Amino acid sequence: MRKALPLIIAGLLAVLPLLGLSSYWMHILILVIMWSVIGMAWNLLGGYCGQVSFGHAAFFGVGAYTAGILYNKAHLSAWWGMPLSIVFVTIVALIIGYICLRLRGPFFALGTLAIGVILRVTAENLTGITEGDLGIMLQERTWIDKTWYFYIVLALAVVTFIAVKMIIESKLGYYFVAIREDQDAAESLGINTTLYKTVALSLSAVFTGLAGAFYMNYMGYIDPKIVFALHDISIVTIMVVMVGGVATYWGPFVGAIIMVFLAEIIRTIPKLGAAHHTFFGILLIVIIIFLPNGITGDVQKLKKFLRIGKAA
Amino acid sequence: MKIINLAHGELMMVAMYIAYVLFSSFHIDPYLSILIAAPALFGLGVLLQKYLINPVLKVEAIIPENQVILTVGIGMVLANIATIIFSSDYKTTPVEYATKAWYLSDYWRESPIELSLSMPWSVSFCVALVITASLWFFLTKTDMGKSIRATAQDKDAALLMGVNVERMRVFTFGLGSALVGSAGCLFIPIYYLYPDLGGQFTLIAFVITILGGLGSTVGAIVGGLILGVFESLTATYAGMGWAPVGRFMIFVAALIFVPGGIMSLFKKWKLGK
Repeated sequence: MRKALPLIIAGLLAVLPLLGLSSYWMHILILVIMWSVIGMAWNLLGGYCGQVSFGHAAFFGVGAYTAGILYNKAHLSAWWGMPLSIVFVTIVALIIGYICLRLRGPFFALGTLAIGVILRVTAENLTGITEGDLGIMLQERTWIDKTWYFYIVLALAVVTFIAVKMIIESKLGYYFVAIREDQDAAESLGINTTLYKTVALSLSAVFTGLAGAFYMNYMGYIDPKIVFALHDISIVTIMVVMVGGVATYWGPFVGAIIMVFLAEIIRTIPKLGAAHHTFFGILLIVIIIFLPNGITGDVQKLKKFLRIGKAA
Repeated sequence: MKIINLAHGELMMVAMYIAYVLFSSFHIDPYLSILIAAPALFGLGVLLQKYLINPVLKVEAIIPENQVILTVGIGMVLANIATIIFSSDYKTTPVEYATKAWYLSDYWRESPIELSLSMPWSVSFCVALVITASLWFFLTKTDMGKSIRATAQDKDAALLMGVNVERMRVFTFGLGSALVGSAGCLFIPIYYLYPDLGGQFTLIAFVITILGGLGSTVGAIVGGLILGVFESLTATYAGMGWAPVGRFMIFVAALIFVPGGIMSLFKKWKLGK
């Protein structure tokens, strides 16, 4: 049963569009799955390898801009951005890794934060290539209907899930966890920590970039403030993983469901609609204090708590 | 204290709103409101540290940077509450000296250079100098300051020496918030105010601290000077929009090449002689 669970969930999701959901619900589902892809990617680096990145918007943005620039300058279909973004994002990740991965702990977090901002300002200023603050807009969408977008992002999620699972269960995954637990000890056991951290960063970046390229195709419009956003991309990515569960397979998925639905629900409340960050922030604070490993990571704790609640 | 606070700029924003409210409803001069805003921020900082950050430091978690993420959450909440209360309109405190300037030639007739300085900027500069000097004095000369530095260096050793580590942490966070609060009051006559203003100042504060060297008061001044000059240079020679890039380039460079900050370089050169 446990082994078949991913298959069952993927199957259920694949049948969903056949139910004839409204396009609003399809949009929500697509967002949930896209965020879980980004979350899984962040989890690979942050959860398993212990390198907390505050700059995942950088990879997301580079992926999105690869697709956008391809469409805008080379007049190719923006879908070519998905395979091509792998190349560009890897290059960017290697450069960022070369610079930032020699920093440790909170300094890595600060370094990536700074790089995210550098990329945003660069994208704003290189108007010749990125159109600056005007942004890039797709003149025609590939499909009006959302079904195909849904299947594409679902396929992406399945691939990401399988890849993450395979990586974590291989030797590489054990290296990552060893680095997270104690970097010096890992190094003394003969693990090339810099190399494996770079591997983790690049893999994580590639999946984030793919999600970014998908975003460009799906939304049809990007500008630097959207795709390189510190709060709306980088922090939400962290929150998806923190809320769902750090270093778990299902955590990002659970987190993405909660975050996207929470955002949508709060937006419907009159007057407080603009304030969804307040609720995000409060949720983040509560989760960190009471469930530091997220909902899936601390299931035992949660069960215990609920049982006590029932008994009392 | 090894606590990375990414809500620092938001605390400053809170202080600026306090000053703004005091000015618009009670007509209290922004500079005088330091006396109210700084203690208020001290209280806010103490509460944050005591009830939010300290518990998190004790919790065992997979990710060690929980505390950094927590402060991000605090910052988000603060910025958003300000949006709800004050809306995201730009606010200013129109004091009559905001646009005043003084000229060097007014005081010194035969001065060789023509120099004019904006009034609020120079007042802020002087008050900031006084605050920095008293902070330095407090940290190096008083018992309290020494215990704070001891806690920062090695909290277990400090605990053994009879320092109340928990209380020092709370007090330090409060002090930091009070300082940033007074900075906010100094700043409001010059700058306009909006709820999301905090984020950029948090980043600038970090750049300066890392540049100057963590845990050094003098280093912060040196770091501030370097950053200011460097940013103006990029703004002049590469274009205004590029200034933040210059700022963060120097930040990343400092993190990598001079991880101890400028002050560690000074120490090294002194030892070399």
